[in-house]
Amino acid sequence: MELSRVDAIIERNGSRGASLLAILQDVQDEANYLPREALEHVSKRLELPLARVYAMATFFQAFHLEPRGKYVCTVCMGTACHVRGAARLVEQLERDLEVKSGGTTKDLQFTVEEVNCVGACALGPLVIINGEYHGTMTADRLTKTVEGLKKAEGGTR
Amino acid sequence: MTRIGKASELAAYRAELLKKRPADAKVVAVCCGTGCNAYGAQKVYAAFAAELAKQGVKDWALRSTGCHGFCERGTLVVMFPEGMLYQRVKPEDVAEIVEKTLKGGETLERFLYDDPVTGEKHRLEHEIPFYKHQERLILGQNGQLNPESIDDYIALGGYLGLAKALEHGADWTLEEVKKANVRGRGGGGFPAGKKWETCRNAKSDKHYVICNADEGDPGAFMDRSVLEGNPHSVIEGMIIGALAIGSDEGFIYVRHEYPLAVKRLEQALVEARGLGLLGEKILGSSLSFDIRINRGGGAFVCGESTALMASIEGRVGEPRAKHINTAIQGLYNKPSNLNNVETWANIPLVINRGAEWYTSIGTKGSTGTKIFSLVGKVNNTGLVEVPMGMTLRKIIFEIGGGIPAGRKFKAVQTGGPSGGCLPAEKLDLPVDFDTLWNEGSMMGSGGMIVMDDRTCMVDVAKYFLGFLKFESCGKCTTCREGIRRLHELVTAVTEGRATEETLQLIEDLSETVEAASLCALGTTATNPVRSTLKFFREEYLAHVKERRCPAAVCKTLIRYDINEKCTGCMVCAKRCPQKCISGERKKLHVIDQSKCIKCGICLDVCKFDAVEVK
Ligand SMILES: Cc1cc2nc3c(=O)[nH]c(=O)nc-3n(C[C@H](O)[C@H](O)[C@H](O)COP(=O)(O)O)c2cc1C
Ligand code: SF4
Ligand code: SF4
Repeated sequence: MELSRVDAIIERNGSRGASLLAILQDVQDEANYLPREALEHVSKRLELPLARVYAMATFFQAFHLEPRGKYVCTVCMGTACHVRGAARLVEQLERDLEVKSGGTTKDLQFTVEEVNCVGACALGPLVIINGEYHGTMTADRLTKTVEGLKKAEGGTR
Repeated sequence: MTRIGKASELAAYRAELLKKRPADAKVVAVCCGTGCNAYGAQKVYAAFAAELAKQGVKDWALRSTGCHGFCERGTLVVMFPEGMLYQRVKPEDVAEIVEKTLKGGETLERFLYDDPVTGEKHRLEHEIPFYKHQERLILGQNGQLNPESIDDYIALGGYLGLAKALEHGADWTLEEVKKANVRGRGGGGFPAGKKWETCRNAKSDKHYVICNADEGDPGAFMDRSVLEGNPHSVIEGMIIGALAIGSDEGFIYVRHEYPLAVKRLEQALVEARGLGLLGEKILGSSLSFDIRINRGGGAFVCGESTALMASIEGRVGEPRAKHINTAIQGLYNKPSNLNNVETWANIPLVINRGAEWYTSIGTKGSTGTKIFSLVGKVNNTGLVEVPMGMTLRKIIFEIGGGIPAGRKFKAVQTGGPSGGCLPAEKLDLPVDFDTLWNEGSMMGSGGMIVMDDRTCMVDVAKYFLGFLKFESCGKCTTCREGIRRLHELVTAVTEGRATEETLQLIEDLSETVEAASLCALGTTATNPVRSTLKFFREEYLAHVKERRCPAAVCKTLIRYDINEKCTGCMVCAKRCPQKCISGERKKLHVIDQSKCIKCGICLDVCKFDAVEVK
């Protein structure tokens, strides 16, 4: 990530300690994760110890320190989704993509993630792929959806 | 946009609006809430816009609205003024609806709601049992306004509460909220008026007003729908609060996972400022107040008041001891009044219609309505708003339409990770703050997750402990290590590795965690496991003594088998990731138990009910 982009984000949010969370959120929105250089730059610009920036970056589930895949598959783990079998969907993705939940495939195509609850409980169990909601999911349909995405990528895997 | 210079001019502004939109105006409202959007509501809306133009329809207006609540049946389309509801509308249906219904006045039966219980069809929204038993003071507005239009809100009487409060002054406003006995909807049920008074009386050069829109409770989405569907109601509530408390700066702390809510709020703030309803000298009065939005990072503990304030200050969200209440010493050590989204949304109603009216709804101790997200194993999932004191049975069976697929009700979970599970014997309890608390559960923020006989209560306890283990901020040993240990113990039960002693250990350790943790995350963390142990002990014992999961959920203890209903279609054999199902075409298939990983795909794909799990 270009450090000038980080600067622009800092300008927009204000160069204050209170803006740290918002700055990191915006950095992640752009870069898809929190690159080390960006964190170091934020620490310098805000005159905060890197440890404090790092503490913030590791406290919240929404932040990632590693690059994520082109397709981020997020399984909602809210209670409503849980009682309708969300855990099985995570296992299915882990098997299909050969990666543990929270991880990214080596070719940087897919990331498997869990989220506490996105508040769309009527649709449970729910998988969100790059922001698009796929409701009342089954393990089998999930496999097909993922296969479809892999194919669209021209069988890079 | 012109500023409204005086409270009295708001009424005139509104009168102008109403002239342009008479009460009997014909409007097609397309629900574009999160649920309906996932069904393709945006496309339905676009199709209406295109068809109305194409077919030259001039007498119908089109409106995109927030969540109507009946998410199960999306996309929902309501035709005002009559209120006819078409459900499960798809983009390809729209041309016909415009032609036959809007132009031709014909009712298209196939879009009407048909009651799965009675088989009856209902035309009008308010006749449907799901809506009929509700009292939708707050949610009801969602269907009637475009959340991106402040004029829509004002036309419905919005900001009149603020004008009235300004006219009567801060003291009167505070008294009214106290008289109405509005209790906090974020979980604790603390009287809002009392908190406001404490905050206002705290001597300081600065007072903050904060809205808790972190909604971390898994299985709950009431606040999301209010923010997305009617952001001005929350903003108006906060301005009224600022007047009563004497604050000039407010914050809304919203979850980062709710981007649409953030967008709607930002836009609403801009519009409110434009009309002079927010900012310097609101409606020409001496009140100056503005609101900023903070996005949370998706940590459950940040919903806790001190953690939330730390987070706004730019620190990690760790709670601190509340020797001094946040109403006296909160954000930046200044008096800070924190209320939940739904609490704030109630305030304009209280002021507008008066405390006396408000207290006539609900029960003596718990006034007004409460919104619940009725989800899980229930026919009509969605958001329901009912007067406090309605029984669980009425909510789940009359409004919710009971349990799907003819299964049996087993439990209802309220209060999220801090709450408990109540069994069928408790269905006739009235839902209010105190009753649920006395039963070892909690009203919580409004998640109501229904469970049937296919839900394992030990697994549910494990689920919440796993959630809290992850979400504990780690400050207190009892919470950090205790919950971890409890999770291990309950996992042992689900894997058939436990003894009756384990259950005793769970109970003992729960007591310690409750007694010695700092914030309510820790002190209430054991409610799910304790309440299930109390009401569903038999189920724990089945796991422990018989190594059996009666609900067929706990993986280690179950097996998949294929019965004689198998037609030999071979679908399961093809889809099984382990390739451990054998059998020929048109012959009974068999699962090789030694290779089966219990993924459940065979059960999902079998069309003949031939795969069973025990
Ligand atoms: C761990 C924890 C999480 C909480 N999460 C929320 C939340 O997501 N939303 C909320 O309004 N209140 C939440 N609360 C309650 C708040 O601390 C606070 O009591 C509430 O926002 C006050 O507003 P009210 O009086 O209007 O309910 C949480 C409390 C704890 C201990
Ligand atoms: S009880 Fe748990 S979440 Fe609360 S302060 Fe202690 S460790 Fe943190
Ligand atoms: S549960 Fe999964 S692994 Fe086992 S037989 Fe069925 S499809 Fe195969």
